Amino acid sequence: MFRVSVLQTTDVIPSKEKSRCGRVGGVSRSEKMVKQESESANRPDNTAFTQQRLPAWQPILSAGIVIPGFVLIGLAFIGIGVALLVTSRSIQVLELDYTGDGNGSPCSSCSQSTTVNCKCSLNFTLDTLFQGPVFFYYGLSNYFQNYRRYGASKDDNQLYGDLSYFTSPSSSCSPYDYDGSKNPIVPCGSIANSMFNDTFTLTRTVSGKTDSVPLDGKGIAWWTDYNVKYRNPSVTPLKNAFNGTVKPIDWAKPAYELDTSDASNNGFVNQDFLVWMRRAALPNFRKLYRRIDASGDYQNGLPAGNYTIDITYNYPVRVFNGAKKVVFSNVSWMGGKNEFLGIAYLVIGSLCVVMSVVMLIVYAKFKFPDEE
Amino acid sequence: MTWRSPLALVRDALRGQRARENELRSLESNLPYEGLEKGKQPNRYFTSNAIKTTKYSLLFFIPMNLYEQFHRLANLYFVGLVILNFIPQVNAFQPEIALIPICVILSLTAMKDAWEDFRRYQSDRKLNNMPCFIYSRKEKQFVERCWKDVRVGDFVKVVCNEIIPADLLLLYTSDPNGVCHIETANLDGETNLKQRTAVSGVCNTHPKFEPESFKGIVVCEKPNNNLNHFKGYVEKPDKQKVGAGIESLLLRGCTVRNTDHAVGFVVYAGHETKSMLNNSGPRYKRSKLERRLNIDVFFCVILLFTMCLIGALGHYLWLNAMPVVPPYLVPPTSGQLDSPSLASFYMFFTMIILLQILIPISLYVSIELVKISQIFFITNDIDLYDEETDSRIQCKALNITEDLGQIEYIFSDKTGTLTENKMVFRRCSIMGTEYPHKENDGKLFQKISRTSSSSLSHSQKTDAYLDFFLALAICNTVVVSMATSQRRRVSAQNAGSIFKFCKRKPKRNRTFTEDSEEHFQPSGQTEGVRTTGLQPCSLHPPSLSDKPALTSDNLRYEAESPDEAALVYAAKAYGFTLLSRTPDSVSVKLPSGEVLDFEVLDTLTFDSNRKRMSVLVRHPITKEYVLYTKGADFAIMELLGTPYAGMLRLDGNKKNIATVTQRHLDCYAKEGLRTLCIAKKVVSEAVYKRWSVDRKKAMAAIEDRERLVMDTAVQLETNLTLLGATGIEDRLQENVPDTIQALREAGIKVWVLTGDKPETAVNIGYACGLLEDEDLVINMAAVFQITCTNILDCTLEEVRRYNADPRNVDTTLNMSLVIDGLTLDKALSPDLLDRFVALVKHCRSVLCCRVTPLQKSRVVKVIREKLKVMTLAAGDGANDVNMIQAADIGIGISGQEGMQAVMASDFAISRFKHLKKLLLVHGHWCYTRLANMIIYFFYKNVAYVNLLFWYQFFCGFSATAMIDYWLMIFFNLFFTSLPPIMFGIMDKDISAEMLLGVPELYKTGQGEGDYRFTTFWVSILDAFYQSLVCFFVPYLVYQDSDIDMFTFGTPLNTSALFIILLHLSIEIKSWTVVHWIIMLGSVALYFIVTLAYSAVCVTCNPPSNPYWILQSQMEDPMFYLICILSTVVALLPRMYIHLQIYYYGKATISRTGVNQH
Repeated sequence: MFRVSVLQTTDVIPSKEKSRCGRVGGVSRSEKMVKQESESANRPDNTAFTQQRLPAWQPILSAGIVIPGFVLIGLAFIGIGVALLVTSRSIQVLELDYTGDGNGSPCSSCSQSTTVNCKCSLNFTLDTLFQGPVFFYYGLSNYFQNYRRYGASKDDNQLYGDLSYFTSPSSSCSPYDYDGSKNPIVPCGSIANSMFNDTFTLTRTVSGKTDSVPLDGKGIAWWTDYNVKYRNPSVTPLKNAFNGTVKPIDWAKPAYELDTSDASNNGFVNQDFLVWMRRAALPNFRKLYRRIDASGDYQNGLPAGNYTIDITYNYPVRVFNGAKKVVFSNVSWMGGKNEFLGIAYLVIGSLCVVMSVVMLIVYAKFKFPDEE
Repeated sequence: MTWRSPLALVRDALRGQRARENELRSLESNLPYEGLEKGKQPNRYFTSNAIKTTKYSLLFFIPMNLYEQFHRLANLYFVGLVILNFIPQVNAFQPEIALIPICVILSLTAMKDAWEDFRRYQSDRKLNNMPCFIYSRKEKQFVERCWKDVRVGDFVKVVCNEIIPADLLLLYTSDPNGVCHIETANLDGETNLKQRTAVSGVCNTHPKFEPESFKGIVVCEKPNNNLNHFKGYVEKPDKQKVGAGIESLLLRGCTVRNTDHAVGFVVYAGHETKSMLNNSGPRYKRSKLERRLNIDVFFCVILLFTMCLIGALGHYLWLNAMPVVPPYLVPPTSGQLDSPSLASFYMFFTMIILLQILIPISLYVSIELVKISQIFFITNDIDLYDEETDSRIQCKALNITEDLGQIEYIFSDKTGTLTENKMVFRRCSIMGTEYPHKENDGKLFQKISRTSSSSLSHSQKTDAYLDFFLALAICNTVVVSMATSQRRRVSAQNAGSIFKFCKRKPKRNRTFTEDSEEHFQPSGQTEGVRTTGLQPCSLHPPSLSDKPALTSDNLRYEAESPDEAALVYAAKAYGFTLLSRTPDSVSVKLPSGEVLDFEVLDTLTFDSNRKRMSVLVRHPITKEYVLYTKGADFAIMELLGTPYAGMLRLDGNKKNIATVTQRHLDCYAKEGLRTLCIAKKVVSEAVYKRWSVDRKKAMAAIEDRERLVMDTAVQLETNLTLLGATGIEDRLQENVPDTIQALREAGIKVWVLTGDKPETAVNIGYACGLLEDEDLVINMAAVFQITCTNILDCTLEEVRRYNADPRNVDTTLNMSLVIDGLTLDKALSPDLLDRFVALVKHCRSVLCCRVTPLQKSRVVKVIREKLKVMTLAAGDGANDVNMIQAADIGIGISGQEGMQAVMASDFAISRFKHLKKLLLVHGHWCYTRLANMIIYFFYKNVAYVNLLFWYQFFCGFSATAMIDYWLMIFFNLFFTSLPPIMFGIMDKDISAEMLLGVPELYKTGQGEGDYRFTTFWVSILDAFYQSLVCFFVPYLVYQDSDIDMFTFGTPLNTSALFIILLHLSIEIKSWTVVHWIIMLGSVALYFIVTLAYSAVCVTCNPPSNPYWILQSQMEDPMFYLICILSTVVALLPRMYIHLQIYYYGKATISRTGVNQH
């Protein structure tokens, strides 16, 4: 793209070149103006940003600010620490191991045998009221639900109720994706397969009379798991959705028969299943089993008395040096019992106060130079 | 296009290849073939003039760019990790996700490359479409075309002030002598004009130039990048060969000056032109900090391997402790568990993938960003802008900004660096009589007018005064240009962009116009003298009647060295006006108005061995062969023959002129003037004839030509007659003493390396404060090695005694050394080197005089290597190039002496005083910023990765991450990436005013500086501590509870964010709006992105489960309590130590501040 302007070869005079392609110059005056302008064309912009002179705030760490600051933080921490400790102290926890390690322990016979649904029972006595609401947990030790391959061994799409993943589970479930005869396993994967299958009932003996304590299994799982993340396929009856699939190898019953008492509590939205599927962060953990239904005698929690937990002992833990326990606990605004946080706040708060005192002494002695 | 058989195509391609590779090329004119198809063109094998400097093409950008990027080791490391992740046995995450970081980094770099390439494309297009004139046979005239249409074999016409489009063999110019001037500033930065002569007799040039008459064949060598060499000849149809050298070649990129128009034959086009072949990319220097950094990256690799080994070992032990297979241990698809040793072997690699961000890959990208911004700020500093030349500081090396903050030794040139290099003629001594120019006396003028008129009337008799000024006017290589053909800068921008190695057009023309002429205008009464004492010009009409416009008023002189120009102007001020200069003649107008045309027989050019130059002319009146010589005083004095006999008789004075002149010279040197001696010699015809034979032989010699030519020069330059001497003042630049003072307070030793004589150097040394009156100045000028040894030993002994003296505990010996080139050679000899270095360590300043460019670089290298210090060399001339390249940082001062120094430099400034702010402020900032940023980066990565590492102890060393992988990537990529970069760009630990006011603060960067071994490990240890806190506070809180994995990870991730950002806040010294926005923005971004991600991702990233976790956590007060506690506990030690340092630092600053004022 250029114009062809014809010039005589012999008479190229400097004035002609002004009219040439790309550089059509004006009269000399305008040229001069341009020149003057361009004389400082390279001058950098004199702005606060380019000259690095943006208004800046320098934190003034004078002793007059720092020492009171430390005292304030320290006092606040001590306050929080006290509150936490008081709250934590008010929480009651009752833990009962039923692994059956020792010979004297009630479940030792069950832990030795491989009988299905072996029964044993634990007795405990409450001297005072166990303040409600009371939560009933089962706890496992030395159980690594956070093992990487274990955690990956599930199929989220299948659990979301996608029927196409019923017939062909994700390979992440392997080797728990198909059984020996190539039937797809639903729910597939190691997590589902290893679901905790001990069951508990709680009875109270009041003056010789046994009274079964009402347990509530609704809403023990995360609301989001129950409503969003896990879904049963929209097939009625639910059993039909599982046609052509087999139950996980270690399960006694297929997924659609997990809860015989409540038809809606079956399939992937079974509360116990959901609780199990949410993997514990640490190898020693507890999982919510039931809540004590706050009704009748148990309005305010578990009243004093003798209690028996009847356990259907299925889950083997002794083989990998694990332990099982049941835990009763009530909760506060800070969740379960935890002394550590309160103590830590107290210690750090006190440390801050001590540090400020030390700094004050140093200050009084040497007078920091920034205050002239 | 007709169809051609593939065989023919191949044959043609082979022939083309052969034609291009051939040592000699034969080129024909394209004109007879005009309009024919391409296959019939004679020069079709040679590249066209269209240039393409782009690296990539649109189609192949991605593969080519990837290929480029994988040359970087860091990228390979990342790709290796990705590949590892695709191996099922070792993968830690989903393979696709592991691609994200490398993709982001690669695409960021690719985007940068694409942008740069696009810029190159644009500048190429602009250049390719620049207009030029090509002769067309059809139209019988030159028609306008674009540069890209120029082909080898074309005839191209260039007009004044235009840039030459290709390498042209000059055939015709508008100048009757066939001369064309070009300015090569674009190529080598030299602004003086160079002469080119047309190859004559190959074309009809009368009455006008006819390209069609060109029937010859141009034979030339294969293209090469030597700008000063070209071999070729034109073979005429009658087989007669006309030789052509570099003096007939117009180089692409040069500008035509002082010549109305010229026509040339295109010999090389496009990428084969000499300027394009010279176009190499920017140099790459590695900074000291970067070398340190690489060691630390290596430590990080070791750390990573250690952690992975621990992980693998832990996994092995964990598996071995297992009595039976527990339900959570998933066998692989085969159903058979791997043996513990194999599993832990795999685990090692999985751990590498998990902990990969320990090696801060993003660090390199961030460093580059920070350095670019630092350079932006440096170039935009208004204090480093020079009004006069309208030039900013130029940063040519992009990656050594931080070295500016660590300089310990500065080696400076004197002329043009410390001084203005604007030469002002101050005094002269003629025949032993001293005449100051300043208070210009009529005496000298009267003498001149008398002698000049007398010499005209009795033309047999010459006079020393006349000779002296004639020598001033003639004996030089000054090019005369007329003010009418004013240099106009034609599309300087375009030119600047092609010739990448010349980033900026030199703005300063060495044309001495009105203002400089003032210096030479003889004052007041001279006018009267002139009008009364001189004959009016009209009586002697100028002989050059063909140049009527040529009056002495609009003459400009362009000289290679400013001294020459100063002398010519001085001669002009006294009436000896140099009117014109061609290769064969010089015309000078005498004060009487008469114009003398000297025939120039030969010019013995200046070289640094002889340190003089001579011009052999034939006097137009006396017809004598006269040799005028000008040079350094010692170079002339030793060649003097018998004193000027006639003069002695005239004055009736028997004193030896040489001794008197020498005394004057010493005086001049003490005043700091630059001295030159002027001498002449009358050569008899016989001697000349004999000599010229030798000379021609030497010129024609092929081997050892330079030496032979020099020998002939030495042959003739004997038995000279001293005419006189001149003293030229070179003023100190403004604020030089102040700058040197500040640099010294900053702990920098300043050396001056100059080619001048010791007296001048010492004088300048005192003037600029390098030497002080109470200093002990050791003058080393030893002829023999043994004396040199003695001086060194004695001085060292004295230093030892002084330091041993208990009275001198607090003081140091203020010692300065002045050494000359000869002695320096001896001192740098292997057996004295160590003693010399030991001595100069004690010296406050060292002045090296009369040193050659090689010695300059030798000194720099010796100091740099022996003392292991950071060195900076500053200079402005071609003689400083070696030194500039030898030093860690080369500073070019864009001054009077061309641009070579600037070309070779890393930073180019226009004034010496700019060094002060450049080093004390920018250097300090760049260094501390970058050092702190790098340390922070290491800390950040270690602190974050260790969270994952601690978790391995609780998940059977199975490489589980309790933080969602996307959030981990985002954490490094978005949430915590901008703050450190901003920290590296904008942090100001000390204000500019403070840094300038208290130069001692610069010392923090010297030697090991802020970034040292301990700082690195302290921050790594701090990172370990902080990550321990950040992990174990939530761990202890959630122990034995029903917390699930990703809920456990959320407070960890959140408190890690707060810890990492607040850690930076402790380090940030001053907060601007930008700081607040970026810091708060990062926190806000974390919450927004994480909340959004947790709300959207239901099953998106199995096996992780981020759904609604942050939301539920944020409803829980424990979350906040944990975050607050771990943040406070993690940062408490650093905060406390920081406070102590703050008070301590405040105390030192205020103490030094008090000492200052």
